Amino acid sequence: MTVRTLIVVPPAIRRGDVFNVRATIGHPMETGHRSDGAGGVVPRDILRRFECRLDGNTVFRATLYPAIAANPIMAFTLRAERSGNLTFTWEGDRGFRHSETVALNVGA
Amino acid sequence: MARRIEVRRRALLAGAAVFVLPAARAAEPELAEAIRAWAGGATPREGRVTFDIAPLVDNGNAVPITVRVQSPMSAADHVTEIVVFNERNPQRDVLRVQLGPWNGRAELATRIRLSTSQQLVALARLSDGSVWQQRVEVLVTLAACIEGA
Repeated sequence: MTVRTLIVVPPAIRRGDVFNVRATIGHPMETGHRSDGAGGVVPRDILRRFECRLDGNTVFRATLYPAIAANPIMAFTLRAERSGNLTFTWEGDRGFRHSETVALNVGA
Repeated sequence: MARRIEVRRRALLAGAAVFVLPAARAAEPELAEAIRAWAGGATPREGRVTFDIAPLVDNGNAVPITVRVQSPMSAADHVTEIVVFNERNPQRDVLRVQLGPWNGRAELATRIRLSTSQQLVALARLSDGSVWQQRVEVLVTLAACIEGA
């Protein structure tokens, strides 16, 4: 299965400035409450955990519930003192796990 | 004749008030319990939290929300957790987020589902243990979760 993600960080960041981070992933976030049209329900298939790490240190962590819309967007802010790697990890039902890493370009 | 109609209309309105209002608030104790369980011993105070959501929602399947908390986000004084609860979706929880001084600002945005018109609450826990909240009421014209497969 191909996982599609969209991660947006500024191309250049000034040291100590607060900047926006936005991470989106293609996922149905099937609630487990929806009728399958044949008397049953469509089984739950959601992302339950999202984590962002800067050079290994957790800087943002979220627990997601079925009330999060399909193709979840997580937008938050960060402050960085030096360039590094920002790693995003999504985990969910049916053993779902996906990671993406982007480089942070922090200058003076 | 006109008077009789007026009387019946009033009786209907009174009946509606009796039967509709309790039903509309039936889920509120569950919301209060979810908040209590999360807050622990702290009593949520009004303020500091700004919960941005459209008051009138056309489509409950993807409703943008932003939660901001007034905080210096310093090592000594910062927000450690932000949560969002709802009143009338199948589950009270919407989202729980952990953050810290490295975030610079206590702010998050996402998109949520709303099954019907209801009350929502965003809460923040600060590093001093205090808990702050803002409640919002939203009207949903097209609910999430109604369509079949």
